[in-house]
Amino acid sequence: MSATPVAAAPESGNPLVEGLERLPVRPTSLVVFGATGDLAHRKLLPALYNLAHDGALPERFELIAVARRDQGHDDFRAVARESIERFSRRVPDPATLEGLLNDMRYVQGTFDDDRVYTELERTLGEFDEQAGYQLNRTFYLSTSPEFFPVIAGKLGAAGLNRAATAEVRIVIEKPFGYDLASARQLNCEVLGVFDESQVFRIDHYLGKETVQNLMALRFANALFEPVWNRNYIDQIQITAAEDIGIGGRAGYYERAGALRDLVQNHMLQLLALLAMEPPTAFEANRLRDEKLKVLEAIVPPTTDHVSAMTVRAQYGPGVVGGVAVPGYREEPGVASNSRTETFAALRLEVSNWRWAGVPFYLRTGKQLARKVTEIAVILKPVPHIALQSSGSVGIQANQIVLTVQPDEGVSVSLGAKIPGARMRIRPVNMEYRYGTAFMSESPEAYERLILDAMRGDATLFTRNDEIEALWGIIDPILSAWQHDTTSTIPQYAAGSSGPSEANGLLDGGRKWRRL
Amino acid sequence: MSEDIWSERDTNPDAIEAALRVLLHQRHAANEALAPARVLNLVVVVDREWKGEIANRLERVGRYQASRTVLCAVEADRRTLDAIATVSNSEPVNGFGVMHEQVEIDMGPEHLSVLRTIVDPVLVSEIPTLLWSPHGHDEAVEALLPITDVMLVDSDGLLEPAEAFGRARELLEHAYVVDLAWLRTTPWRERLAASFDLPARLPALERIAGLAIRHQAISTASGLLLVGWLSSRLHWEGEPLQRLNRAGLRGARRRSSGEVAIGLHRTNQEAPGLGGVTVTCVNGFALSLDRASGGLCAQERSPDGHTLTWKILGASRGEGGILGEGVRQALLRDPTYGPALDAARGLCPA
Repeated sequence: MSATPVAAAPESGNPLVEGLERLPVRPTSLVVFGATGDLAHRKLLPALYNLAHDGALPERFELIAVARRDQGHDDFRAVARESIERFSRRVPDPATLEGLLNDMRYVQGTFDDDRVYTELERTLGEFDEQAGYQLNRTFYLSTSPEFFPVIAGKLGAAGLNRAATAEVRIVIEKPFGYDLASARQLNCEVLGVFDESQVFRIDHYLGKETVQNLMALRFANALFEPVWNRNYIDQIQITAAEDIGIGGRAGYYERAGALRDLVQNHMLQLLALLAMEPPTAFEANRLRDEKLKVLEAIVPPTTDHVSAMTVRAQYGPGVVGGVAVPGYREEPGVASNSRTETFAALRLEVSNWRWAGVPFYLRTGKQLARKVTEIAVILKPVPHIALQSSGSVGIQANQIVLTVQPDEGVSVSLGAKIPGARMRIRPVNMEYRYGTAFMSESPEAYERLILDAMRGDATLFTRNDEIEALWGIIDPILSAWQHDTTSTIPQYAAGSSGPSEANGLLDGGRKWRRL
Repeated sequence: MSEDIWSERDTNPDAIEAALRVLLHQRHAANEALAPARVLNLVVVVDREWKGEIANRLERVGRYQASRTVLCAVEADRRTLDAIATVSNSEPVNGFGVMHEQVEIDMGPEHLSVLRTIVDPVLVSEIPTLLWSPHGHDEAVEALLPITDVMLVDSDGLLEPAEAFGRARELLEHAYVVDLAWLRTTPWRERLAASFDLPARLPALERIAGLAIRHQAISTASGLLLVGWLSSRLHWEGEPLQRLNRAGLRGARRRSSGEVAIGLHRTNQEAPGLGGVTVTCVNGFALSLDRASGGLCAQERSPDGHTLTWKILGASRGEGGILGEGVRQALLRDPTYGPALDAARGLCPA
């Protein structure tokens, strides 16, 4: 029986690490800016509890919450308890929960207030003194994006961007920039304070098990890679459909829209992972180098071509799950003449040897018929159908579909003979669902990403040049849409599969997969 | 959770396998959202009178339930096979549910030497098979080893550690071994690795002068495996430990430039496994980790005598969770167990 390779060789030279499933995380003080916000409430605090429950946090772990809300340590602890009890994937163990809550500190103030950083420095120093050495420091920016440069600048001004004998890291939530220019500006401001190796730009999709499994599927199986190119693949469809509206996020969504909200980050990341060359090692920069090459091989549409390569639309009134829902322009907080897209579809091409001529279709939208995020790799049809004379209707090109949510899994469609005397063929699906093949519960993406950031592993985070390449693809589209103030924005009925105009992006008899 | 059941007296493996296929087919036909789990076969060989207790332990593994469990209950004087096959499923979530299959076969001692011919036809092919024989039944283990990928053992317990380690070593020649005594040391190994991962503290691994392990009375093997792990990772060598009356073991290991005093001490704790570890270094630095509510209590003494105490968070998995962890580990491979086991064998008192 052959042994399986274990965790990567410990860079630290620690001989005790080999064979351990859980790699050590060095003692860390984690500072969460925006700790009373929705993301912290629903994701970050529950993720931290789950890590504590599993014994995955560093042996010394201190949490400092920073927010504007005027409250004390105990008030924040009560809020954190509620978040954890409500959203943790594990039933909290009372003693572990108390242990986590008791050590939390709260620093109140606005993010541009120097006193906040003075208090932070004092508290961090107190933790270091208690430990007898400097703890690593991770600053997590879970705030509105306009505060990212403010906080980075203030941390630098307070000297908190460096530590004499510890690592300092900054984690920045999405959106990283509003367009290419603002992303560059933000990169410039952040990198004026921190080195790139200290910066961890989060795209939580990369922390999802299925997204990481995309790499395993491609590079751990000889079955797929030989056909993973223009010779065998006819088209790629990447879909991120939601069956809900904007909820109470009109303020954010009116400014963002579907293209910024999902395409610029998650969907293009999926495209890059799907299309990249095999990295020589699963290591941060080698992986990101390969993704960057793909992103740079996507030729952004010129202004003239935007209308031919993209479709935007808004949901109108409709029925979702048997319930009548208003259209986007009737949503509270949305302007009645809003031109913000709730649906975006794109046709892109990756201009390199592997993918030349293969269309990559991306679509995302709100209030669609079904919630699904999937990547469909649709192969070319077989060159000759010898079975046709026997009435083999129903032969379809093979499809490899990776579902990211709601049901993580992989499905491969194959042509198979229908039982009976005649040689009739119809497609059947070979399904692999995570629930049938693995016993372990997938950790939440944020658990993995928080741990990686504290460990300094940037493999699943976006590098500065990647961010700019992502915006470089989207920017001409945003610009063209922004300048077009007269054309009618197509409307689609809430609960439908999206606007019919999106069908026009597909040529050669291709069709969108059914939602 | 709902289930379909088939049973037959004086049956045979073909009939059991056919019944499972029918049960799966019927259940899927009734609800297409159901698919059979296909991860792991688990074969358990038990004394008939303890079947209920083992079945209860298996129920408590929760999501680590094997795809197909074959429970062989051995009863003196029995000459025929009686079997019950059950297919159960969780409530479908997002339009999808997983089915698990369980087979209980009552058999006699004379079936054990030919157990492979009874069990093999009932297993799902193409997935690994884990074998657990908590009540001995070496004859059954020998018969099933050729179709076993992973052997589940517990070196803690009634056997002397030397005997348990010898058996584990033998089994390791034929299959991958998951040792529950080893899994009880996992949190301690992880924490020790993390504690010495700081660049400033890493060199202290070369200067360890003492290692004291506190363990529950029946968990001497866990304690020895932890010493064995450190010995194999840090290249310590030496003679077997000596018994310390009935209170534990003591002795020494040689490292590159000195000696490490080893002590294993029994503690009064309810759960099997370890209760604490203290590592001391030649310069006076010492680190103690001890079980506490909600995690571990850590105490560090610096060379100048200054003491720091804090808590390391982590909910106890509990002894109930250790069997599930054993099932999960059957799908992984830990290359450090074998060397630790060999080192632990060398520590066992004569």
